[in-house]
Amino acid sequence: MSERVAERTGEFLPRLQLSPDHDLCPGCGEPLVLRLILELIDELGLAERAIGVVGIGCYTALAPLIDLDVIQALHGRAPSLATGAKRMRPESLLFTLQGDGDMVNEGLQEVIHTAARGENVTCILLNNGVFGETGGHMTATTVLGQRTKNTLEGRDAARHGHPIRMCELIAPLGGATYVARGSVHDAAAVSKTRRMLRRAFESQLAGEGFSLVEVLTMCPTGWFVPTKEGPGYLNGVLGAVHGVGELKREGKLLAR
Amino acid sequence: MSAQGTVVIATERCKGCELCIPACPPRVLAMSETRNAIGARVPELLPGCTGCGACLLVCPDFCFEVYRYTGEA
Amino acid sequence: MRRLVEGSEAIADAALAAGCRFFAGYPMTPFTELLESFAAKLPAAGGACVNAESELEAIGMAWGAAATGARAATGSTGQGLALMQESLSELTRAELPLVVFNLARGQGDYFQATRGGGHGDYRLIVLAPIDVTEAVVLTQEAFYLADQWRNPVLVIGDYLLAHTAEAVAVHALEFGALPAKSWAADGGGGGRGRPRHVSSLGTTPGSKGIDPERAWQALAAKHERIAAAEARFEAEGVEDADLLVVAFGSLARFARHAVRELRAEGARVGFFRPITLWPFPSVALAAAAARVRRVAVLEQNAGQMIDDVRLAVLGAAPVVGIGGISTDPSGFGIGRLLDPENVRGRIAGALR
Repeated sequence: MSERVAERTGEFLPRLQLSPDHDLCPGCGEPLVLRLILELIDELGLAERAIGVVGIGCYTALAPLIDLDVIQALHGRAPSLATGAKRMRPESLLFTLQGDGDMVNEGLQEVIHTAARGENVTCILLNNGVFGETGGHMTATTVLGQRTKNTLEGRDAARHGHPIRMCELIAPLGGATYVARGSVHDAAAVSKTRRMLRRAFESQLAGEGFSLVEVLTMCPTGWFVPTKEGPGYLNGVLGAVHGVGELKREGKLLAR
Repeated sequence: MSAQGTVVIATERCKGCELCIPACPPRVLAMSETRNAIGARVPELLPGCTGCGACLLVCPDFCFEVYRYTGEA
Repeated sequence: MRRLVEGSEAIADAALAAGCRFFAGYPMTPFTELLESFAAKLPAAGGACVNAESELEAIGMAWGAAATGARAATGSTGQGLALMQESLSELTRAELPLVVFNLARGQGDYFQATRGGGHGDYRLIVLAPIDVTEAVVLTQEAFYLADQWRNPVLVIGDYLLAHTAEAVAVHALEFGALPAKSWAADGGGGGRGRPRHVSSLGTTPGSKGIDPERAWQALAAKHERIAAAEARFEAEGVEDADLLVVAFGSLARFARHAVRELRAEGARVGFFRPITLWPFPSVALAAAAARVRRVAVLEQNAGQMIDDVRLAVLGAAPVVGIGGISTDPSGFGIGRLLDPENVRGRIAGALR
């Protein structure tokens, strides 16, 4: 058998990731988003201009892996920290990394006002429909019928209310310029999400205002499903309520 | 026809989640019976890899390095 | 050149003179004018003032600004400070410099300021100016201490301080050299394997896991060093005193005046004023109280600083409270206790 020359087209780790080592569950979707963020910041040449503000959730464990300046926030508070940091460093690329429990439960007020004020930051929402870190409890984005630790029979509107669709809540606000929801349930979805993140960062760099990219991520542990069924559950159950697509571009709401 | 690409898999950190298996378009990843030090079954590469990189995109543990063949030596 | 200016404006001027370039706040009496002053003055100084949607966000914004290395501040009155407690604890653990103003409704926030309403073991340096002139100095010093120790500093005043006009001249003061803020997450640290992570969790970039025990123990050790170094006080007439009057903040101005009057009439009364409520000047107070027959604590609350006075005096003399709750119909703290005759009468009463 003859030897063949090959070109490496994909690295284990993005250049801006310090280590692959994390203890998140098998099949967790959150690290997939970290890869996209770090690859994009490197491609845009912004490693020495980026500041990440990380919330509290499973993904907090990813913060030490990031080769960028990072500020750790309290649960729900990342958008206000991002506001203060961006006002002092307007030339930076400022992103938050928050889960649904963090942004939509604890920190709903913060993100709404940050968007309404049109702060030039990009909030990134990792939405798996549960509080993963505490063991899989209902959040404001949990869908009707979804079983969680405190909705064991499935979320019931009469007893537990209705889910909040975060992108739909933010898109109408005047200060929000780019709002999109992606997913990471398969390679095609990951690629589309990458484009959304890129557009969000570009809108921030152009000074167009607030951007939100919500990404549906797998949490088979929190969903009580076998790991292999995570992507299917994500697309079929969460994706049916939190629809994937762009909601707003360049300040204009899009028809969906 | 020889494969257009190949991957190197860092099996030592694989957690056996199996997300790469259905993500691979030509279906050339299969779970082997080999287990790594943490006890997880790890994937192996079958012939026919196109070097598309889908596995790299969906792996939560950064286990894939992807190559495209550029010609015979 | 001195000009007549209200306390709120003077404090803002002092903060700007110290290089403060970020403020966030939410209107609430008697803090509102401080927010207004910053909003008016910061943009021209190249800074930013944000009207936060609540006090919870105000301290979050100041936290983010401080984390990038900027001199930042926030503030409110007691109720708003109550909303900030989790953040105050956490950013103390993140070793962030931040100046926080409490323009309080009376003196009932002493416990909140010195014990802290946040979780876990943490300390804020607490400065209590007696008047606008001192507030102008202590405000600037607050930014210096915050940077020097990488710890929040709380400057506590009240309605009187905010709304009294005094003739002051605000010049930038020098307090000494400070190291560069190489720890600050200003965006410039990425891509070289040594990013700046500003975190309260005890993490290390590149490493899995957290070590909160090590981080929290180091923090407690730092607070012991601050306690040994930064206690400040003012004392008069303690050498021959039978009665020692202890007071802080605006009310202390009335107490000091009454003590001077009574001393001029031959009374053996001394005056002790903590300037730092934390670290409380226990050693100095113990020394001042060593030979007195009684210690009288004058504070505008149900008895808060008196606990620290008793701990310092440690039984050397009986400690009595001669203040009490006193406020106006709006609850802003302008009570009948803030009156020279009333204060003199209470101190004279304690002499017998």
